Amino acid sequence: MAKAELMDFDEAIEKYEVVIGLEVHVELNTNTKMFCGCANEFGDQPNTNVCPVCLGLPGALPVVNGKAVEYSIAIGLALNCSIASDGRFARKNYFYPDLSKNFQTSQYDEPIAFEGQLEVPVASGKVYNVAIERAHMEEDAGKLSHVGGAGRIQGAEYSLVDFNRAGVPLVEIVTKPIFDSGSEAPELASAYVRQIREIVKAMDVSDARMERGNVRCDANVSLRPKGQEKLGTRTETKNVNSLRSVENAVRYEIQRQAAILAAGGEITQETRHWHEDKKYTSAGRPKSDADDYRYFPEPDLVPVQPTEELIEEIRTRLPENPASRRARLQQEWALSDNEFRDIVNSDLLDEIDSTVSLGVSAQSAKKWWTGEIARIANVEGKEISELSVTPEDVAEIEKMITDGKLNDRLAREALSGVIAGEGSVAEVVSAKGLEVVSDDGALTAAVDKALAEQPDVLEKIRAGKEQAAGAIIGSVMKEMRGQADAGRVRELILERAKS
Amino acid sequence: MSELHKKPASELAQMLRSGEVTSVQLTELFLDRAEKLNPLTNSFLRINRETAIEQAKHADELIAAGKAPSVLTGVPIAVKDNLTTTDAITTAGSKILENYLPQYDSTVVSKLRAAAMPILGKTNLDEFAMGSSTEFSAYGPSKNPWDLERIPGGSGGGSSSAVSGFLAPIAIGSDTGGSIRFPAAVTGSVGAKPTYGAVSRYGLIALASSLDQVGPVTNDVLDAALLQDVIAGHDPMDSTSLVDSLGQMADFASKTDVKGLRVGVIKQLASDGFHPGIKARFDESIQLLVDAGAEIVEVDCPSFEYAVSAYYLILPAEASSNLARFDAVRFGQRVLPEGNPTIERVMAATREAGFGPEVKRRIILGTYALSSGYYDAYYGSAQKVRTLIQQDFEKAFAAADVLISPTAPTTAFKFGEKLDDPLAMYLNDVATIPANLAGIPGISVPNGLAENDLPSGLQILAAAKNDGVMYSAAAGIEKLHNDKWGKRMIDFAPELEVN
Repeated sequence: MAKAELMDFDEAIEKYEVVIGLEVHVELNTNTKMFCGCANEFGDQPNTNVCPVCLGLPGALPVVNGKAVEYSIAIGLALNCSIASDGRFARKNYFYPDLSKNFQTSQYDEPIAFEGQLEVPVASGKVYNVAIERAHMEEDAGKLSHVGGAGRIQGAEYSLVDFNRAGVPLVEIVTKPIFDSGSEAPELASAYVRQIREIVKAMDVSDARMERGNVRCDANVSLRPKGQEKLGTRTETKNVNSLRSVENAVRYEIQRQAAILAAGGEITQETRHWHEDKKYTSAGRPKSDADDYRYFPEPDLVPVQPTEELIEEIRTRLPENPASRRARLQQEWALSDNEFRDIVNSDLLDEIDSTVSLGVSAQSAKKWWTGEIARIANVEGKEISELSVTPEDVAEIEKMITDGKLNDRLAREALSGVIAGEGSVAEVVSAKGLEVVSDDGALTAAVDKALAEQPDVLEKIRAGKEQAAGAIIGSVMKEMRGQADAGRVRELILERAKS
Repeated sequence: MSELHKKPASELAQMLRSGEVTSVQLTELFLDRAEKLNPLTNSFLRINRETAIEQAKHADELIAAGKAPSVLTGVPIAVKDNLTTTDAITTAGSKILENYLPQYDSTVVSKLRAAAMPILGKTNLDEFAMGSSTEFSAYGPSKNPWDLERIPGGSGGGSSSAVSGFLAPIAIGSDTGGSIRFPAAVTGSVGAKPTYGAVSRYGLIALASSLDQVGPVTNDVLDAALLQDVIAGHDPMDSTSLVDSLGQMADFASKTDVKGLRVGVIKQLASDGFHPGIKARFDESIQLLVDAGAEIVEVDCPSFEYAVSAYYLILPAEASSNLARFDAVRFGQRVLPEGNPTIERVMAATREAGFGPEVKRRIILGTYALSSGYYDAYYGSAQKVRTLIQQDFEKAFAAADVLISPTAPTTAFKFGEKLDDPLAMYLNDVATIPANLAGIPGISVPNGLAENDLPSGLQILAAAKNDGVMYSAAAGIEKLHNDKWGKRMIDFAPELEVN
């Protein structure tokens, strides 16, 4: 499918007011599914974590997972929502082969959490107060695989269904329309999703891995000419599975819709599919407001009635809210606003926090994550979370530097070995022979050789100009092919020069 | 009452315990009768000789070892074919489940197995329990042992004809709007619908989740109480299952004194619409109660006028959703349409061929009632009526311990008489439906012969969770009747003879 006509982004923002709305699905990491005792496990053999309930066999009945309710309440509280003291589940009726009962057990007019808000800062320093309409509990559907026809539903020979995911607990968080973000709309969208991810990760209610679909975002975008009251027709972009995709997809939809509107066209109300590889959205199914899911209260379940005591107990267990955590960390790490914003915008707060808590200085931790690691991620076109490097790895490398076992260049090599999957830091260092030469005998010989070759420099050092030693260090490092601790080399030069 | 097969289960149980008879002997006796007489009555869809005999042997071993787990251990039983059984195909009377062997036992069947009660076979019903005559069974109607030209009531006509024809001593039924009580009334047997939630629905192939309740089908009140004691109790697999025990029903059923019992006569169910013979027997029973010292009060339930209308919105609405899972994807029949078999076309072709006319009628009705724009007018209004009916009952039970009415407006009608008039068929349930809408217990006991010398029934209702009060009153009235008639009404039934 060809890419659509796009309007220049700045021009689009000048002409139109952007309205976005975000629906984020969070898969909870409970041990068992939402309505049955099956394991909630990713990646097992298809159709092994199934039972009569999640397969929708005749006569089977759902029973609510109490843990999932607690997790949902925790999410609601973290989003500053009110918690319903009496909420019912509802059936959302539609036929689809990945939906075992042909209805999804969800919540409709009585969500567990409602009317919340979340402060979301963006790079400009502006903080958006995003209004949360609701957060409700529901079950995930199974997973379809299309066989033949390039794996797409069109042209497939047949399709297989894996019900392992059927009944996995989800919380769907829906914002109210966000009106005033203008050119920052794409960035705000991704910053919002990042913050939701941070929250659910910090509370350990979700594995929060976007690449596994633990956190999924549907981005609603509409435009209206500036000054117009009536909202424009919206599209709902699905399949945005990374923070970068969220930003790119919103940006793309703004540009696409602006081009259509400017040419006098009309936006079709539909779902759209984001293609991260080629950076465009394609039309999905038409979606009208009159989609009729025939919702009605789920008669097989009794209402969820969390007590005030339970809600308060969950509230006391909530981790620090992200905004105050950020303020605290910035102060503890003694970073400037700009430095700290770099960290937040690169979504590295957790990694750096963990690294610091392993004894690494904030500056060093920041340097590794926003520097070399971010660079490698960028080169490989991946999210940092997809790289196989942990705060523990970084701390180990830092320690080896402090101990004089690695220098900066060798440390980078060790890191890239770890990211390339060659093993742990220790394994990579030993396999590649990266450790610095700490045998003073070899170093002393090299120093003596360099001093003898550059008598003028030797004179300067002897005359007290210690900075002149730099030229000798360069020669020694070259001789040692980089595998020497520059600090030690310097010490030796001064020692030998004065002896 | 000399013949063994006509003895109540309570007496058979005593004979088993005293060693006068073995479970294998009893089970063979009833299997022989069932195999001989089923061609006349079509009570059973399947007779399980082998497994029943095995279970009987097991029961005999337990009894011999003094380890009988239940009063009814060793007493054989028939089970309605909408309860799942892992050792017998379970069809719910539908073509769409023609060869369906469930992967799990319903909780009620598990309890029968735990009580070591041999299961003789699975009994006929209107498809998915939708009907009042078994004429909507995909496997042909069951016949009334009193007159084989007439209906045995429905949907549980298989169980009622099996018990009243002595093909089984007792049976399990399910009651959504009268499917246990109406068949009991027209076959001269006893049928009880316990309080909603008293018996687990896990493994009951759902018709309408908020109305369905499993209950006993027997030839006397004590047997019904004994059987309810076996199958009742909290089930963690059914969220709507009651947590607290309602007590031992058999104890209540042994209290037969009606002196001082406050018996409410429902004004709306004691006037028009009941055949003269039915009304006459009902008035005679009131006199019997008065003579025995009961206190008769008239109660007003004005909202009952709307009960049938509300019921025929709520039931189809829930059923349309419950029956969505029969889609050919995971189990049951799969019909491949001509041409390109896409999933939508396979689902449509399977449901077109697999469902009968009454099921389709109710799915369409329910889908319509839940549709957006109609929900408030239909489903919403029906739920309000339901609340009003509950309030009517609350007021009535403030004035009376139990409420009585004729169970049904007529005696058993002939096959085909109401088949083309759904509304006339629906009105059979006018007296039984309110109990399902309110979730209260109800029982039908024999009330004498009416038109065409056919049985009529008396319905006794009690407040929610007062099943014990209901059983005491029913046992009291049964005793008054048996004393008056000199024998049980069922003993007036003609002998079934194979030509």
